[in-house]
Amino acid sequence: MSALQEVVNDTQPVETTPKKYMALGTTASVVVVLLLCLAPLIAKNFVIFQMTMVLIYAIAVLALNILTGGSGQFSLGQSAFYAVGAYSSAILMENFGVNYALTLPISGAICFLCGYLFGLPALRLSGIYLALATFALATAMPQLLKLHYFEHWTGGVQGLVITKPDAPFGLPMSQDMWLYYFVLVVSMVIYVASVNLLKSRSGRAMMAIRDNEIAASAMGVDVARYKTLAFGVSAGITGVAGGLGAIAVQFVAPDSYTIQLAIALFLGMVVGGVGWLPGSIVGAAFIVFVPNIAEEFSKGLSGAVFGVILVLIIFLLPHGSRQIAYTVQNWVHKLGRRG
Amino acid sequence: MDLFLNQILAGIATGAIYACMALAVVMIYQAIDHLNFAQGEMAMFSTFVAWQLMQWGVPYWGAFVLTLAFSFAGGVIIERVLFKPLGNAPVLTHVAGFIALFAIINSVAGLTWDFTIKQFPSPFGSSPFLGSQLISTHQAGMIGVTIVLLILLFLFFQYTRIGLAMRAAASQPESARLVGINTSWMIALGWGMAAAIGSIAGMLIAPVVFLEPNMMGGVLIYGFAAAVLGGLSSPFGAVVGGFLVGVFENLAGTYIPGVGNELKLPIALALIVTVLVVKPTGLFGRTIVKRV
Amino acid sequence: MLTLSAAALTLASPALAEGVVSERADRVIRIGNLMPYSGPASAYSIVGRIEQAYFKMINDQGGINGRRVEFISYDDAYNPAKAVEQVRKLVERDQVLLVFSAMGTPTNAAIQKYLNLKQVPQLFAASGATRFGDPQAFPWTMGWQPPYQSEGRVYAKFILATRPQGRIAVLYQNDDLGRDLLKGLKDGLGDKAAMIALEESYEVAEPSADNHIARLKASGADVFVSITTPKFAAQSIKAAAALDWHPLYVQALVAASIAAVLRPAGLDASQGLVSAAYNKDASDPQWRDDAGMQRFHAFLDGYAPDVDRGDNSVAYGYGAAQCLVEVLRRAGDDLSRANIMKQAASLQGYAPDTLLPGITVNTAADDFHPIEQLRMMRFSGDHWELFGPVIDGKLRD
Repeated sequence: MSALQEVVNDTQPVETTPKKYMALGTTASVVVVLLLCLAPLIAKNFVIFQMTMVLIYAIAVLALNILTGGSGQFSLGQSAFYAVGAYSSAILMENFGVNYALTLPISGAICFLCGYLFGLPALRLSGIYLALATFALATAMPQLLKLHYFEHWTGGVQGLVITKPDAPFGLPMSQDMWLYYFVLVVSMVIYVASVNLLKSRSGRAMMAIRDNEIAASAMGVDVARYKTLAFGVSAGITGVAGGLGAIAVQFVAPDSYTIQLAIALFLGMVVGGVGWLPGSIVGAAFIVFVPNIAEEFSKGLSGAVFGVILVLIIFLLPHGSRQIAYTVQNWVHKLGRRG
Repeated sequence: MDLFLNQILAGIATGAIYACMALAVVMIYQAIDHLNFAQGEMAMFSTFVAWQLMQWGVPYWGAFVLTLAFSFAGGVIIERVLFKPLGNAPVLTHVAGFIALFAIINSVAGLTWDFTIKQFPSPFGSSPFLGSQLISTHQAGMIGVTIVLLILLFLFFQYTRIGLAMRAAASQPESARLVGINTSWMIALGWGMAAAIGSIAGMLIAPVVFLEPNMMGGVLIYGFAAAVLGGLSSPFGAVVGGFLVGVFENLAGTYIPGVGNELKLPIALALIVTVLVVKPTGLFGRTIVKRV
Repeated sequence: MLTLSAAALTLASPALAEGVVSERADRVIRIGNLMPYSGPASAYSIVGRIEQAYFKMINDQGGINGRRVEFISYDDAYNPAKAVEQVRKLVERDQVLLVFSAMGTPTNAAIQKYLNLKQVPQLFAASGATRFGDPQAFPWTMGWQPPYQSEGRVYAKFILATRPQGRIAVLYQNDDLGRDLLKGLKDGLGDKAAMIALEESYEVAEPSADNHIARLKASGADVFVSITTPKFAAQSIKAAAALDWHPLYVQALVAASIAAVLRPAGLDASQGLVSAAYNKDASDPQWRDDAGMQRFHAFLDGYAPDVDRGDNSVAYGYGAAQCLVEVLRRAGDDLSRANIMKQAASLQGYAPDTLLPGITVNTAADDFHPIEQLRMMRFSGDHWELFGPVIDGKLRD
């Protein structure tokens, strides 16, 4: 064509989020944690199950947020890592009799390795091209899971059934409630670790890459190292979420981890606010509850209603739920000044 | 050898489907600088409109032209109503918008026309082409239409004022505005053209795969892959990419023992990713130099 | 904030629902159901719509033993995780008596353990996987349609009888349907399984089956078993005709509908196709004067006039709903879950309107596969011609 080279101003795919805005303040954190701790005491078992799923998806959305919001790499393939984590936990529990809690770090480590390895070729890709590569990964994963060579381990198209853990030490609580608190603890640990990661030297390096890769590399940031690291960390955390998801649902099958899941996690991130870690739980609530709301309106058109709700949300809050948080924060500040 | 040639020929025949779709993908990329995940659903909806018109007694070419007009208008309206108000929202928010559009169109089409497959006529007939049973006259016609479209697009973008303006608006919006190009309408125009090309793709693909609300799901993945392989900035590359993906996939399914058939899509995708790693802007894409 | 308000909503609603239940629980039968109303498998959700309409008709006719049926159907998007969430909502919040005709293998498999633990009947699961007819391991789960493996064995028997020296080519969908049916076929062929010259699988995401057919033809097979869903079935029929390949063509029953598959593929290309069936094809002209099908059409005229009757799922939903109503009717006033399972497991010779003549629903305490009989049929002119006796596809290992 006319010119061999084209010079563009590198438009940022992800907005710049100053790191002080990436987490909640102390008071807000305490309130949220208290609410999350107390909620199951008044809820029914199936609501506790829903809330468990919200927390699990929140972990997965948070992982995507570290990758996209933190290091500026876009992924539509998170369902693949979620699947690897879920299957790792399931196979360890059912075939090797490993305790459910111990399977999580193993799943996380396996996924970290997968993510790190995937991040190596992904280094050469960015934007749309990276999106396609991750999209390809998500599309390929169910086919790999049901491959007949692995059928002995994966159960093939039929999947694997898992036994749900009882509360330990004879604690007087239902399996659902125990699992909820277990997931809550895991997710708080991951949240705190993630916030600290982004505040650390590595986190600042990732964000520098996100904001301007060339400038970051000129300043001596090892771009390749931090980009693959972000991929690995993100995949590892997603794997833990996948393992928890498998334990909560008590079942894994290739159909659980299609591209639909990757898209749901992506939407969760956008609705929660890209780069704002506390938004992950809002995004996760979106994933779990909005389809239920949509089908209340119409069964035949539930897909369309879901689409319309999504459009409304992005019209009102193009920056996701953090817009609300900022607004509230500003009010509080104003009130504080007046008072 | 005979099987090998046959498989290449059969791959080209399927590749024509991907090439068609890839062309529509590149068109929208030229206009808005990213991929539209709802592109396949828009094409599917347009094809249903053509089918409905024919059910009402409109002859094929009449329905064809009306559908083109409908799709063009539809594309412009979607841009004006849905994406223009999003304006400067982050790119990822736009992507969420595409996903919403996907869900809405798919759901509405399913409710309106059911999920049972429908036959869609071909203007070229479906007898064997030049004695080969692997390529029908329809598939040959499809390849022909794709090439004609490609030439028209090339001429449009290279030699018409409006085509040049569209390219300028997509790649350098601010500079384009400074030289007096109405970038906002250029984007809407791009949406309209992409929707119209998509509808042609849909109407050509439907006779092969049958018309139903989910008919484009698989095609779109391959269309993206083809467009990216060829280079998103090059319509020519997209078409070549389409044929390459078709042939790749078919040869993998035939010749890789054991897993070839079960994993031909992952293998084809892995090959594409490998190509991208070596040549990050695709086979025919322009190298982009980033400015700090 | 969004989270909290959403949680508050779900917290508030169960209380409301419970109040309503206790008030008139004895006059209402609550039936739960899961369907993929959204997502890529939404084509099957027509079954849920038909079942909903059928129960509405039953209510208009005075209900079952004077009780009104309340059919609560939720969207699981064909996702096992969502299915578990929704089935728990059905059981724990809506307090349904049983879960009926949930759609799909992975979704039913995901809820099977939970429902058995809770001792809630999982009746007439809409899947042909054998795991839904295992009373020893899962005494609260029962399938409905003939298991895919039975169907495969029936085809094997037919092929061995008609083409004992044949070479078989198989195209199968790479999921539970395809793998199970193929297993049945191989088991049925027994030591002659080497007759299978080539087996190819396809993914639902593939746009077209054409290239598979070219390869299968090249294998030199003279028998073709097509384990495909409607779109791919039609593509295969069309492609085989275009390639001038005329094997003994066996089409799996899931895609043997005249209106939904054969007509789009071309009736000329479909001549001589062989399949098995247990349901009457609503688009087959030979059932025009059949009393059962007239009731079926009258129902559709009144309660679901806009649906496409050629869709196999329509007759499926009608038959399954009718069968459930029969079970509930037999349960009389004892609507305990145990009694419902007992009634469901003692159906003998019951024939819903949509079943082929000679085929009946039969269950026993150790037989949780309600329909296991099939009849072979050959496509000729514009209709399926039944031939041979009713074949019992019972799985004996």
